[in-house]
Amino acid sequence: METLITILVGVLVTVAVYLLLSKSLVRVILGTAILSHAVHLLLMTMGGLKKGAVPLLGENAENYADALPQALILTAIVISFAVTSFLLVLAYRTYKETGSDNLAVLRGFEDE
Amino acid sequence: MLTITIAIFIPFLAAIFVPFIYKRVRSRNIGWFVMAVPLTLFIALASFIPSVAGGKTYIHTISWIDSAGINFTTYLDGLSMIFGLLITGVGSLVILYSIYYLSEREALGRFYVYLLMFMGAMLGVIFSDNLMVLYVFWELTSISSFLLIAFWYHRKKSRSGAQKSMIITVSGGVGMLAGFIMLHTLTGSFSVREIIATIGQYTGESLFLPAMMLVLFGAFTKSAQFPFHIWLPDAMEAPTPVSAYLHSATMVKAGIYLVARFTPVFGGEAVWFYTVTGVGIFTLFWGSVNAVRQTDLKALLAYSTISQLGLIMSLFGLGSAALNGGYSADSVIYTQATFAALFHLINHSTFKGALFMVVGIVDHQVGTRDIRRLGGLMSLMPVTFTAAVIGSFSMAGLPPFNGFLSKEMFFESVLIIRNLDIFAMGPLWGSIIPVVAWIASVLTFVYSMIIVFQTFLGKHQPDRLDRKAVEAPVGMLVAPSILATFVVGIFFFPNIIGNYVLRPAMAAVYPPFKGAEGLVPHISAWHGFNAPILMTIGVVVLGALLYFFLRYWRGIYSIAPMRWNLDTVYNGLLLQLEKGSAFLTRTYMTGYLRDYLVYIFIFFIATAGGGLLWAGGFSIDLSNDASVTINEYIIILVMMGASVVILFAKSRITAILLNGVLGYSIAILFVVFRAPDLALTQIIVETVTTALFLLCFYFLPEWSKEKSTLSSKMGRGIIAISVGSVVTVLALVVQGNKMFESVSVYFEDAYELAGGKNIVNTILGDFRAFDTMLEVVVLFIAGIGVFTLIKLKAGKGDKDVEDQ
Repeated sequence: METLITILVGVLVTVAVYLLLSKSLVRVILGTAILSHAVHLLLMTMGGLKKGAVPLLGENAENYADALPQALILTAIVISFAVTSFLLVLAYRTYKETGSDNLAVLRGFEDE
Repeated sequence: MLTITIAIFIPFLAAIFVPFIYKRVRSRNIGWFVMAVPLTLFIALASFIPSVAGGKTYIHTISWIDSAGINFTTYLDGLSMIFGLLITGVGSLVILYSIYYLSEREALGRFYVYLLMFMGAMLGVIFSDNLMVLYVFWELTSISSFLLIAFWYHRKKSRSGAQKSMIITVSGGVGMLAGFIMLHTLTGSFSVREIIATIGQYTGESLFLPAMMLVLFGAFTKSAQFPFHIWLPDAMEAPTPVSAYLHSATMVKAGIYLVARFTPVFGGEAVWFYTVTGVGIFTLFWGSVNAVRQTDLKALLAYSTISQLGLIMSLFGLGSAALNGGYSADSVIYTQATFAALFHLINHSTFKGALFMVVGIVDHQVGTRDIRRLGGLMSLMPVTFTAAVIGSFSMAGLPPFNGFLSKEMFFESVLIIRNLDIFAMGPLWGSIIPVVAWIASVLTFVYSMIIVFQTFLGKHQPDRLDRKAVEAPVGMLVAPSILATFVVGIFFFPNIIGNYVLRPAMAAVYPPFKGAEGLVPHISAWHGFNAPILMTIGVVVLGALLYFFLRYWRGIYSIAPMRWNLDTVYNGLLLQLEKGSAFLTRTYMTGYLRDYLVYIFIFFIATAGGGLLWAGGFSIDLSNDASVTINEYIIILVMMGASVVILFAKSRITAILLNGVLGYSIAILFVVFRAPDLALTQIIVETVTTALFLLCFYFLPEWSKEKSTLSSKMGRGIIAISVGSVVTVLALVVQGNKMFESVSVYFEDAYELAGGKNIVNTILGDFRAFDTMLEVVVLFIAGIGVFTLIKLKAGKGDKDVEDQ
């Protein structure tokens, strides 16, 4: 399972990096969203998968799943949501002001 | 002794109070408060003279960064005593002088803050025993010197002079720091005393020579030795009190102090002897050659300072020969050079200080320091003239002034060195030193005469002066008069200085010779018709001839080699450096987000991937993997497929929906991985995000197909695949090698520790509550950002709102 998820993480990172290197602002934002998905999964995998019960003490289980990565991911999800929404509004405002969402045009040059 | 430690901090403390006092007392009287500081310190230091002369040293340590061997240790011995007296003594006189010199319109508060800062830093340099502390104070003197040179910052020349001095002295300082670190590597100590005690065992090590050269680099840049002397003439843009204090009496002698302090460490080595002596002698010569051609009195004094610093430096070099082979009845004779150096150090501060003040007075009274416009001031400014004569004749080496005594001792030292048969010095090299020294002394005589005769004698040209020449106010004359009194007084009573101030300093420079017979000679003005006195007579005769026929041979300075200028080299280097760095920055700072991301990704691939390769850490252990059910296979395959399809999505709606597929699949995976809180949060966030995307798309243009070349796509692809693979491999390697026990077990006591049964909740709300709080802050800031970006009204032409 861990190996499989790690490979999935690799695929997601590849896609995210490819999108980040794009010239379109929306693609870049999409890239950051996918990159955070990948990182969440990576964190999860680092703690080991399916190693125990749901981390609720009331379950009275022998083993619990690792709670620490879960706490970290919870924080990360919220932060990545904040970043994504901010970037989206930034893109909206940029387009409204400049009439373009192409990074090369924004820099002052036409496409290659 | 705590007193010495406090002495370093008093000027800094006073500097803090100056602006407040200046707010109340907006007049030149602020200077009296400032002057009290060095005067008090001078008296306090002077009270130690008898006990230090008796061979006592004082040490005081405040423990600081003990684990790194850095402690605030102050050390008072004979050598630091001389410098301490000079810094505080000349400091008092310079401040007294500046009270009358500077106009009340100047920013006096700022001036005195810088001056006090310099004073404290300089005291720190000479009293610090710990090399790291010494280094910090050393750089602080460079910084305060920079600020003082640029005091009249509206002048372009002041700014460039300040920059030049800063660049040269600070690069020397950094080199010196490297040297100090090497010494620490060798000896394991930052304490100068400990290094002196143990260096004997390390002289053969490979770091010994580089450490020596780097320490010398620091000393030479600070003391304006050839070829680093070029900053000193430009530093003359500073107000004259600053030139008198920093750039003749104290700061430029910090390098000399360093050489003296390190003579017991490196002295006795042939390289040290040749470098210090050679550079010193050449600087002496070169400074005097250039001084003669100057027409600005202050520039003349600057070159003469360079020349005299070279003289002192060369004497320390000559004196270091005595340490070769340790103490013996024969080697004591070489120590006399060091004695002369220390003696001349004091003398130079007195007569050069007086001369700078004289030039300042002339400049202040008539508005020019150009000797072509000056002349005939003798009868108009008699007191100034007297001080000028005393200072100049002392510099020229004439009796009855202190410069005569030390000049004679200098000649004697260069003659003695001819007999030296160590360091493979043949008769040729042995004779070159006295010859060059003698020629430089002749030129010194010439420029000393220029100062006196071309300023104060000759024809008075009132129409070429800005103001009518009258004698300066009494207050301005006090300081140079006191210094001139010292110049004469030391000539008549040199042995008071010799016995009380120079004796303990000699003991500090020559620890193995402590108490040796003949280490401290009796200084006498008359010692028969011997070689040095003949040399002096020769200097006077030839010097006088050269002075009288100056206009016939002055043309020599316009011949090609004389016009070559190290300044041109410096300016060229600076220009190239600026051009180079501008080119470099323009090359990689392209302004494209993509380029910057590429740098980051390439760095990641190189360090993380390269690190893996370098460490050979490819031990992947998959045995602990959990099993996979068929449902999970399907989810993972769907995610992989969705992510890849995003890349080829024709419309943005497709891409967003696919991103949603990824998000919801992850939520399902969270359920599988026993993380219900995550799954819930993920579903909510994913829903809102998708909605937000769709909402924004209403305002954004449809995404156009990317028009990029195949090679650019290939490049992106390669980087993307590399990053993905490195992440995968790295993660696999980490999973296979558990080096530490997991800390997560701790949180399973959540009920006892935090009173909650949901472990994830207790971590967020209790164990790491600060994290969560700051996370909320991030959300809040993002919320403000979103709100402002939507609400802020700024039309297209209305740029002001954003610029402000």
